[in-house]
Amino acid sequence: MRKKLIEFRNVSFRYGDEEPWVLKNCSFEVYENEWLAIIGHNGSGKSTIAKLMNGLLFPQEGEIIINGQQVTEETIWDVRKDVGMVFQNPDNQFVGTTVQDDVAFGMENRGFPREEMIKRIEQNLTAVGMQDYRLTEPHRLSGGQKQRVAIASVLAVSPKVLILDEATAMLDPKGRQEIMRTVSNVRAEHALSLITITHDLREVVQAERVIVMNSGEIWDEAIPREIFSKKDALREIGLDVPFVAILTDELKKTGMTITNEPLNQEELLEDLWTLHLRT
Amino acid sequence: MSNSLIIGQYVPGNSIIHRLDPRTKITIIFFFVFVVFFANSLLSYAILTAFALASVATTRIPIKFIVKGLTPVWFLIVFTFLLHLFVTKEGTVVAEVFSFKIYSGALIQGIAISMRFFLLILITSLLTLTTTPIEITDAIEDMLHPLKKIKFPVHELALMMSISLRFIPTLMQETEKISRAQASRGVDFKTGPIKERAKAVVPLLVPLFVSAFKRAEELAMAMEARGYHGGEGRTKLRELRIEKRDIAIYVLFLFVIAGLFLTRNY
Repeated sequence: MRKKLIEFRNVSFRYGDEEPWVLKNCSFEVYENEWLAIIGHNGSGKSTIAKLMNGLLFPQEGEIIINGQQVTEETIWDVRKDVGMVFQNPDNQFVGTTVQDDVAFGMENRGFPREEMIKRIEQNLTAVGMQDYRLTEPHRLSGGQKQRVAIASVLAVSPKVLILDEATAMLDPKGRQEIMRTVSNVRAEHALSLITITHDLREVVQAERVIVMNSGEIWDEAIPREIFSKKDALREIGLDVPFVAILTDELKKTGMTITNEPLNQEELLEDLWTLHLRT
Repeated sequence: MSNSLIIGQYVPGNSIIHRLDPRTKITIIFFFVFVVFFANSLLSYAILTAFALASVATTRIPIKFIVKGLTPVWFLIVFTFLLHLFVTKEGTVVAEVFSFKIYSGALIQGIAISMRFFLLILITSLLTLTTTPIEITDAIEDMLHPLKKIKFPVHELALMMSISLRFIPTLMQETEKISRAQASRGVDFKTGPIKERAKAVVPLLVPLFVSAFKRAEELAMAMEARGYHGGEGRTKLRELRIEKRDIAIYVLFLFVIAGLFLTRNY
């Protein structure tokens, strides 16, 4: 059994006393080295979950345990050492005047010695493929490059969890691909839990487990393949079903037997070219 | 658009003056500004001018950048010169222009004062020409450090300056984007009476301010998420270090000052 890293116990949250509840009685766990995806349409409460994990917000009811410690005003600085976060807007989280200054920011806050910073800047920029841009200013970088720097900045302080809160939402398709590739590389090389928060079903494919949020409640929790098979229900709660899933449905309607629920084009192709061999 | 964007007047280079510790540069310039007022003889001016020109030459910055930096103050220099020329009444009359008598003392005085002015501007512009804004920020933070004792927020001030510097290009790009978006909706920024044009700026500024506030809020959250909790216990990546070349420059500058005081009244 893997170790629990994050635990939400009956967490409810709202932004003000008169406001509606954004999260209603949510309970779930995140394990060590796990890739968890949280998906939901706008306003489903998914970003609030991220902010709760980092002590940027506190729940009105229930408790959040991170690495054995409850998140309170007193523990937030410890918690933030363990939980790194990449936000949606590439520009508004870039603090430094150059790439290396930005990567150093988190380390400076934690009082790392200078030699260690230089070593880690080199290491982590290489990990995200930005080592040639060490002295570049942010306005000369693309959105995707800025987000890769943001990932490097978070990795530099070696957190136990990396949360990507809609980190690809403001990027063009190329930037999105860059980030998805970077994330899988990082995952292969670092022992850390990964939580990707998104409204795009295509981005949950690589995750091990998916939590689907709908109006502040956990609507479903399953492996990606299972989620993909519930197309109509997903559409009802306002999520876009990927093209491959729609195509699979249409093919099935024409009488083809597609055994697996394909997650991407390659898998569907695999299914199709072996179709006649099976029948 | 964004590639030609340089904040301030900084001209990249690798000369010894570029590589000097910014604190050295600020200190020397401070004292230079001070001692310029002690010069009173031809020789003492010559020494200061030689020092200033030698510094300029060492930076290997093209003259046109330096001239450009001086443009706004040419007028002031010429104005002071003329003022002294017509107001001072010492020495013998050397010429007469439109029944204005010009005295020899006025001529000397005028040249001396505008020379001081010129030297001051020249040497101070060297600081911004050879030092990046962020280096200047670091130097200011370091030099104001003693003020921490009287609760002056030195670290916060420096961080504010560096964040402003980082966001200037971003906000400029955004301004351009908004002005294009508004122009496409029919807002006319370029023609019409001044009053109309001033009014046209409103639909530019309002969205810019709204987005700047939103940025500020998100940035604050990102900084907090990355563990920022004030200057306490913070280390720094950018390091200022006094090298041999800094000491060499200090020694050279001391010689200049000594030379100046020896040649005074000559």
